[in-house]
Amino acid sequence: MAARNEVATSPADGRTDPGNARIELSGVTKRFLTPSGEAFTATRDVTFAVEPGQFCAVVGPTGCGKSTTLSLVSGLDKPSEGSVRVGGREVSGITDGISFMFQADALLPWKTVLGNVAMGPIFRGVGKAQAHASARDWLRRVGLSGFEDHHPHQLSGGMRKRVAMAAALINEPSILLMDEPFGALDVQTKAIMQNELLTLWEQLRPAVIFITHDLEEAVALADRVVVMTSGPGSVKAVYDIDLPRPRGSVQTIRFEPRFLELHHQIWESLSEEVQRAYARTTGETS
Amino acid sequence: MSSAATTTDTKTTDAASDQAAGAGVRAVRRRRLLVLAARLAVAAVVIGGWQLATTVGWLDPFFFGQPSGIAGRLGDYFSQGSQATEFGSYWAQIATTLREAVFGFVLGAVTGIVFGVALGQNRFLADVFGPYIKIVNAIPRIVLGSIFVVAFGIGETPKVLLAAVLVFFVVFFNAFQGVREVDRNILANARVLGASPLQIVRHVVVPSALTWIIASLHTAFGFAIVGALVGEVLGAQSGLGLVIKTAQNSFDPNGVFATMFVIAVIALTAEWLITKLERRLLSWRPPAPSEAAAI
Repeated sequence: MAARNEVATSPADGRTDPGNARIELSGVTKRFLTPSGEAFTATRDVTFAVEPGQFCAVVGPTGCGKSTTLSLVSGLDKPSEGSVRVGGREVSGITDGISFMFQADALLPWKTVLGNVAMGPIFRGVGKAQAHASARDWLRRVGLSGFEDHHPHQLSGGMRKRVAMAAALINEPSILLMDEPFGALDVQTKAIMQNELLTLWEQLRPAVIFITHDLEEAVALADRVVVMTSGPGSVKAVYDIDLPRPRGSVQTIRFEPRFLELHHQIWESLSEEVQRAYARTTGETS
Repeated sequence: MSSAATTTDTKTTDAASDQAAGAGVRAVRRRRLLVLAARLAVAAVVIGGWQLATTVGWLDPFFFGQPSGIAGRLGDYFSQGSQATEFGSYWAQIATTLREAVFGFVLGAVTGIVFGVALGQNRFLADVFGPYIKIVNAIPRIVLGSIFVVAFGIGETPKVLLAAVLVFFVVFFNAFQGVREVDRNILANARVLGASPLQIVRHVVVPSALTWIIASLHTAFGFAIVGALVGEVLGAQSGLGLVIKTAQNSFDPNGVFATMFVIAVIALTAEWLITKLERRLLSWRPPAPSEAAAI
C-alpha cells in the first residue's frame, strides 16, 4: 500500500531550515479578476510541501490551476490568500535560486544557442566571457556541442528542449519549476528527454515541481505525486512513489509491477477529476 | 542480393532525380525570362503609348508632358550645373530635400521608438495617452506644415519637423504594438532568470519589437520625403519641392514629371538600404517561405 497522506502534508511544524529550498504552500487561494471585473478562483486552499532535493509531480485535469501554482512559487504572482514559503521565507518578488521551464519555447529567437544559455549568468552580473564558458560547458552536458552558433529555429523540438534545459540549469537552481516541459514532444523524444532530465537532476538535486497531464510520466519521474481536483484546483491527494533511485530508463520502469500498482491507484483518484472537469468545461483549456 | 538490388535502385533514382532537377532548373529559368519580358512590354506599352498619344494629339503635351520631353528636361537638370534652376544646381536641390527627409526620418523614428517602447511597457501610461494619440493620429497632420512654416520660417527646420511628425506616428504605433506582442513566456523566463527591468528592455523587448519597427521604417521613409516636399511647396529657398512648385507655376509638366522621377529613384534607393539593414538586424529570422516564392 502506498503511503497516502490524505490532502494535508503537515505544514510548517518548525522543521524548516531557512538555508534550504523547502517549498511550502499552505491554504493558498488565487483569484483572478476577469476583464469584466468578476473574480475567477483558480486554486482554492492548496496545501502541500516539497522537500529540498525532492522531485514532485503535480497532475490534474486541465484548468485546475497547476500553472497558477507554479507562478506563485516563482514569485511571478502573489496568492490572494494563504502563504507560499520557500526555505521558510514568504515569497515576495522573484524567488532566489529558481529556474522555470515552460511547455512552449521560452528561448529568444534572435539569440544564438550559446547566447540563450548564457543569459542566466549574464542577468546575474557574471562577465560575458565567463558566462559563455559555462554556457559551452552546459551545452556539452546536454549533448549540443557544435550547435553554439545556431539559432533556435534551426533546431528540432527536442534540441530546443535541451537548450531550454541547459538555460534553466546553468544557474544551478535549488528549485526547478517545470510546466509541462515535454508536453509538445513526440513520444520517443519525450522519453529521451525524461531520461536526460533524471540524469541531470541526480547530479544537481534541485527540488522540482513538475506539472504534467501524463500520469505515467509523473510516476516514472517523481518521488511524490500531487493530484489536484478540477477547478477551482485544490489538493485531492498526495502519493509518495517508493520506486528505487536511480530509476534507470523511464521506458522500462513502466513494466515493473510496483509502477503499475502505483499508476493504477493514482489513476483511480485522478480519473474522477478528469471526468468531472470534462463534464463541466468541455472545450476549455488550462 | 538485396543490397545489389538497392544499389541499382538508387543509381536509377539518382539519374532520374538529376533529370528532374535539370528540367526544374530550365522551367524556373524560362519562367523568369517570361516575367522579365512581360515587365519590359508593360513599360514599353505605357511609355510608348504616352509618347504616341501626345505626338498624335490625343493628349495635349502642354498639360500632360511627354516622355521625350521629360528625358530632355532631366538631361538639362543634370548638365547645366548651377544654371539648372533659379536656386542653384539640381544636385543642391536634391541635397536639401534629402537632408530634410533624413533628419526628419531619424528624429521621428527615434522618438517614435522611445515613446512606443515606453507606452508599450507601461499599461497606465498607455491607457492615459491612448485616446489622445488616436485623436492626433486622426488629424491630417500634413496641415501642421503651415504652422511650422509660420513658426520657424522658410529654412530647413519646418521641413524636418513636418517629416518627423509624419514618421513618428507610423513608427510609434508599430513599436507600441511590437512591445505588446512580446511573448509572455519569454518575459516570465527572463524575469525568473533574474533580469532587471532594463535588461528585459534591452535583451527581450527591443529585439522582439524590432521586427515590427523595421517593417514600419519602409513606409516611414516615404512619409519623410512627403513631409520634406510638402514643406518645401509651402515655402522654401531651395529643394525639390520648390523645383516642382516653380515648374507648376511656369506651366512645365515635364519639369514636374522629371523631378517626380528623381524622387522615385531616391525613395527606391532608401528602400534598398532599409532592406539591407533589415536583413542585417533580423538575420536570425527563419526565411519566410512566401518571400522566397514571391521574388
